[in-house]
Amino acid sequence: MNTDIRDAPQPPLLGTGMFARLACVLIQPMLSRVVRRVALRHPSLFARLGSHQSTDFLIDPVDLPFALHLRPDPQALVFRAVPRDAALPAGASIRGRFMLLLELVDSEEDGDAAFFSRDLEITGDTEAVVRLRNALDDIDGSIATETAEMFGAPGRAILTRLRRSYSMKNRQQDTR
Amino acid sequence: MAVKAMKPKLTLGPIAYHWSAHKNRDFYARIADEAPLDEVYLGEVICSKRAPFHEADLPATIERLERAGKTVVLSTLAEVMLKRERKATDDIAGLDAPEIEVNNAAGLYARGMRPHRVGPFMNAYNEATIDWMARQGATHVCLPTELPAEAIAIAARSARNLGLGVEVQVFGRASLAVSARCYHARAHGRTKDNCLFVCEDDPDGMPLKTRDDSPILRVNGIQTLSESYIDLLPELGRLAADGITHLRLMPQDVDMVGVTTVFRSVLDGKVATTEADMRLRDLCDGTTFSNGFYHGIAGYRRIAAAAST
Amino acid sequence: MSLAELICPAGTPAALRTAVDAGADAVYCGFQDATNARNFPGLNFTPDELAAAVAYAHHAGTKVLLALNTYPPAGKVDLWRHAAYLGVRYGVDAFIVADMGVADYIRHTHPLARLHLSVQAAASSPEAIRYYCENFGVKRVVLPRILTIPEIRQIRTEIPCEIETFIFGNHGLMVEGRCSLTNYLTGQSTNMDGVCSPASDVQYVRDTDGSMSSRLAGFTIDRFGPEEMAGYPTICKGRYAAPNRPEGYYAFEEPISLNLSRLLPELIDAGVHAFKIEGRQRSKSYVRNVVTAFRHAVDDIRAGRATNMSDLVALTEGQKQTQGAFETKKWR
Repeated sequence: MNTDIRDAPQPPLLGTGMFARLACVLIQPMLSRVVRRVALRHPSLFARLGSHQSTDFLIDPVDLPFALHLRPDPQALVFRAVPRDAALPAGASIRGRFMLLLELVDSEEDGDAAFFSRDLEITGDTEAVVRLRNALDDIDGSIATETAEMFGAPGRAILTRLRRSYSMKNRQQDTR
Repeated sequence: MAVKAMKPKLTLGPIAYHWSAHKNRDFYARIADEAPLDEVYLGEVICSKRAPFHEADLPATIERLERAGKTVVLSTLAEVMLKRERKATDDIAGLDAPEIEVNNAAGLYARGMRPHRVGPFMNAYNEATIDWMARQGATHVCLPTELPAEAIAIAARSARNLGLGVEVQVFGRASLAVSARCYHARAHGRTKDNCLFVCEDDPDGMPLKTRDDSPILRVNGIQTLSESYIDLLPELGRLAADGITHLRLMPQDVDMVGVTTVFRSVLDGKVATTEADMRLRDLCDGTTFSNGFYHGIAGYRRIAAAAST
Repeated sequence: MSLAELICPAGTPAALRTAVDAGADAVYCGFQDATNARNFPGLNFTPDELAAAVAYAHHAGTKVLLALNTYPPAGKVDLWRHAAYLGVRYGVDAFIVADMGVADYIRHTHPLARLHLSVQAAASSPEAIRYYCENFGVKRVVLPRILTIPEIRQIRTEIPCEIETFIFGNHGLMVEGRCSLTNYLTGQSTNMDGVCSPASDVQYVRDTDGSMSSRLAGFTIDRFGPEEMAGYPTICKGRYAAPNRPEGYYAFEEPISLNLSRLLPELIDAGVHAFKIEGRQRSKSYVRNVVTAFRHAVDDIRAGRATNMSDLVALTEGQKQTQGAFETKKWR
């Protein structure tokens, strides 16, 4: 299962320039809804974050046209798409394929295993990342599924397709 | 409410390294004749394979040290797993004289309620444990090397109230870990069972450097030691004020008579700490000093002592 | 007699429920403080969470073991005493202890409480184990990961208590409860604070050639080439240079995990009562996969069936596994 982030298709312009900016604008309303919903349904998450509620996380799905900026402050939640070339310096960065990151959020994958295999890259404040990981891991159920549910049948269909293409990619990599 | 502090005794811990029988004999001859010490701990604490090299000399060494007015204490192994280790521990635990220092629960078991000292590997971290040990016949406890000053003071108070001696390491490399695996053998592509006693080549431990060339640790067989020498010369006043009765110097491959003399001169008030510290530096050329554990920060660090309280 | 109990890690309430649902016979966990040896950020249980967790586990017939397996420094013993009080109040099934003062206190204050001796007590001989059994009424010893199976078999005949051994997870190299390596570099103690390579002191640095350095308190513990599997930034799994190894080598151990799945029948035969899975700091995903795999394996062995363990190597550190000391003395 060695999906390596260095093998990810990364055209030099991905996540920068006009296209990225446009993608960010389009996706922003959805992100805001998602994060508000998660915060509402899982308030215990913030206690585990402790002092890192005010840390800026840069979540960097290498195969998407933008990165995500998260500040998990219950008083002033931030979750927004940012073009890579416009991303502010973050307290901690987490980098990997989008579906891997999604599976980590849902605890379908083990973060340490992804780190050992170098599929996941962590820089900056390691304690912040560990706290975020442990906070998310204490959530029962699937945030991805909950999110998909918010968008009804089309949401579920998109998630199913994403998961299928991810597991197919994994299988291809396994047999290469 | 200042209690007049008793002057602590100065002790020499057991040799952690595998020095040759010859080197050992010479070392203790000089210690007996020249080092201003009150008490000397003898015995193999780290590796049971080394013990046979020194057994023959032990009675003569004890005799010579005692003749020179030094109290001798026999220390038991820190790790007890194999048959020979269990037997070695049992043998020492059966002695009526000299005093013994126990470093493993197997030794406590063998000793029962008879009087004994508790060694630094026994994890006597707190007053509850010290109280338990006192009820089981402990007469003296050497605190773990990583214990910070505030805890040392509290532990010392409870030990003294129970009538126990209480000891702190003030010089030498800190023991940071022991293992079942021999890292000296591993470094030379061998296993513990066929080590060929390669640890004898490193009388002050085998240095390890990090990937960016910082000296960090020393390997001594199954033991891992600090690169830096603990030096609590500047803290001696506070240790005495807090009721520490014994100060332990750990033998390193330096002029230990000189080191002992430096500590003695400070305890006797004959030399100022700053001057003594400079002498110590000369005696341990090329070695870094640390007091981080005592001050509750990273052990390798060295900070200037706070004004004595 | 219940042989081969499966003892599973729970770092969070969700992980605990996952372990229970996956068939754990018992779960072990700790409070969010220095009273246990996995005092990691964002991990562990509040008192309320523990109360709910015990109810959940007991409803499923699963036991809860509370880890109080660190060494209180003088002046702070009350924190451990209070944790024991809470454990009794919430009905945990046993305490896992290391410190003699803590063991003595629980034995006298809560005489009905069951005590297990933590691996942190490093009791590796029959005499040491008997010391804890006879003095504190210890009912089970968690053996250090340094003994061969014949040695375990021998110990079993000489002690009056049950034996628990680790079968999977982090492969501790140093004698547990006797390691101050982390404190030497970071100022936080494994024994007193329950931390090992604290995340607050860990930094991963990506180098231009695609390799990655892991640093602890500013010291480079290891550097992994672009194609190399990585491990935790623990001092005992770091790469160093020695005089006769100037190129650098794993002086203590390489990043690797313990996996005794193939030795389970022998361990049962040697008299091991309980199998412990390490990993309270790991995710639910790890708990689900590892517990499920070992649940099936143990059930197969109990039923006399051949077992076919699923592959767990992806979950191991450095993606490498070992049978460590259990298989051969040569490990030493």
